[in-house]
Amino acid sequence: MSARRPSAFFLGGRHLSEAASLALLVPFALLLVVVFLLPLGTLLHESLLVPAPTLEHYERVFAQPVYLRVMWRTLRIAFYVTLVALLLGYPLAYVMSRSGGLKLGLMAAAVLLPLWTSVLVRTYAWMVLLQRNGLVNEGLTGLGFVDAPIRLLYTEGAVVLAMSHVLLPFMVLPVFSALKGIPDDYPRAAQMLGASGWSTFREVIWPLSLPGVVSGCLMVFLLALGFFITPALIGGPQQMMIATLVSQQVREMLNWPFAGALVGVLLAFVLALTIAFNRFIRLERFVGTRS
Amino acid sequence: MTAGRPPRQGGVGRLLLHAFAYAVIVFLLLPTVLVAPMSVSPEKYLQFPPSGFSLRWYGEYFADREWVEATLFSAEAGIISAIGATVVGTMTALALVRGRVRGRAVVELLIIGPVVVPHIALAVAMFLVYEQLRLTGTLLGFAMAHIVLALPFAIFTVLAALYRFDADLEMAALSCGASRIATFRHVTLPMIAPGVASAALFAFIISFDEAVVSFFISDLDRKTLPRKMFEDIDFDVSPVLAAVATMLSLLTILVLVLGHFFKQMADRRAAPAREGKTP
Repeated sequence: MSARRPSAFFLGGRHLSEAASLALLVPFALLLVVVFLLPLGTLLHESLLVPAPTLEHYERVFAQPVYLRVMWRTLRIAFYVTLVALLLGYPLAYVMSRSGGLKLGLMAAAVLLPLWTSVLVRTYAWMVLLQRNGLVNEGLTGLGFVDAPIRLLYTEGAVVLAMSHVLLPFMVLPVFSALKGIPDDYPRAAQMLGASGWSTFREVIWPLSLPGVVSGCLMVFLLALGFFITPALIGGPQQMMIATLVSQQVREMLNWPFAGALVGVLLAFVLALTIAFNRFIRLERFVGTRS
Repeated sequence: MTAGRPPRQGGVGRLLLHAFAYAVIVFLLLPTVLVAPMSVSPEKYLQFPPSGFSLRWYGEYFADREWVEATLFSAEAGIISAIGATVVGTMTALALVRGRVRGRAVVELLIIGPVVVPHIALAVAMFLVYEQLRLTGTLLGFAMAHIVLALPFAIFTVLAALYRFDADLEMAALSCGASRIATFRHVTLPMIAPGVASAALFAFIISFDEAVVSFFISDLDRKTLPRKMFEDIDFDVSPVLAAVATMLSLLTILVLVLGHFFKQMADRRAAPAREGKTP
């Protein structure tokens, strides 16, 4: 369990000189400056300083009810998605952590496969399932739950459902990794001391799995906040989230300063969360290597 | 598997828990799996179960110049991104593990930056700068953007490989008079090769499937496969898309199988190193 390690980067043998280390970092630094920091900086510059220093675009984000609604909806959807992912993901991660061999392998494959499948493919699949004459409607009418096909696409429920599906692996993997790190002896000791199954879970397993839960919730929430593809395709104008609003401002209104302000607000939020929970973000979990 | 472990809950609770976990797995897999049979239906609209078997929609995909060009362009960008992210990622990982880096915290924050900064923010920001630099719709533009998006994963994959590898082997080569570059080429690189290969693989698929940034930095005649898909999905949920989605899912399976193979290779290499034997 290395989530407790203060830094994700462990300093191994000190073989290289400072100059050599610096030289190795040059391409990385160049790329991040040119394709990451410079563009973001330029965009924020547009929102704050062009043509003169102003906060008017940021004020507009918070002053106009229509934009406040979009922000509020984005937070609400991201929260629901995180909640659904936790409720679905935790039990699965728990069963995975108590399995081994082929069973674990198949379950892990079932989580990794959607994780690495194109978001477009998975969003498309949901659109096919949820359309008016899609399988879900056929099932609902066939079973007599509804008389006629109902509108499923372009509803907030559909957006939450599809986004939860797309982001679920980001919950399962960190929680699994945390649960896997709990030695078998701990719950066993609790039970030998007379704890019931439920209180063993509540008093021992749940607290020890919390770093994984925080990590998973953080990843899902962060990704959900800025999600573009799924809400853009599955949601309608009534479900517009901040990413779709940014896109609209750029592509239709050509309002760069305002788009920059929206991005600025989004970035401030994301950065605050990232810095607060930096030690919980562990990427190696998503490429099949375990810490 | 559970032999020797205490029963954690009663029979019914355990059964319910497992049933729930399997239901979640079905939820994870089903949507994508259902698209495959729909893609081989001969009808003009999507139906399940399919009324017959036909490769008609696959044929239409391969006959359509726009689809083929978008696919080839994405493949090109993917290969360049994979090479770029792997080379830069390996250099960065080496500096972090074997080097002395001042301002390590800044480097760490920069590494996770492209993951935690929403892709929409990055996409519009790149769009703004790319317009001025005339990089929209260019292979270089796509490759640079995708390298940055894939770098965090490449760096972490190589880092993991470097941690597992016994640094004493490098010390042995160095003390026998090998230069640092020779040591890297003949000792370090062969040992971490599976990790590097897996970094390249995942960088490729990240680039190949990347949709948000591509959506903004494409231009009218040069677009990637995901951008083309996005446009078509928004327009009409046609069966050609089901065929494309099925092929992309198969590609993902191939990537994961290869990745698993590399991981096993890495495990085999790490084992003798720990015991001090040369493989």
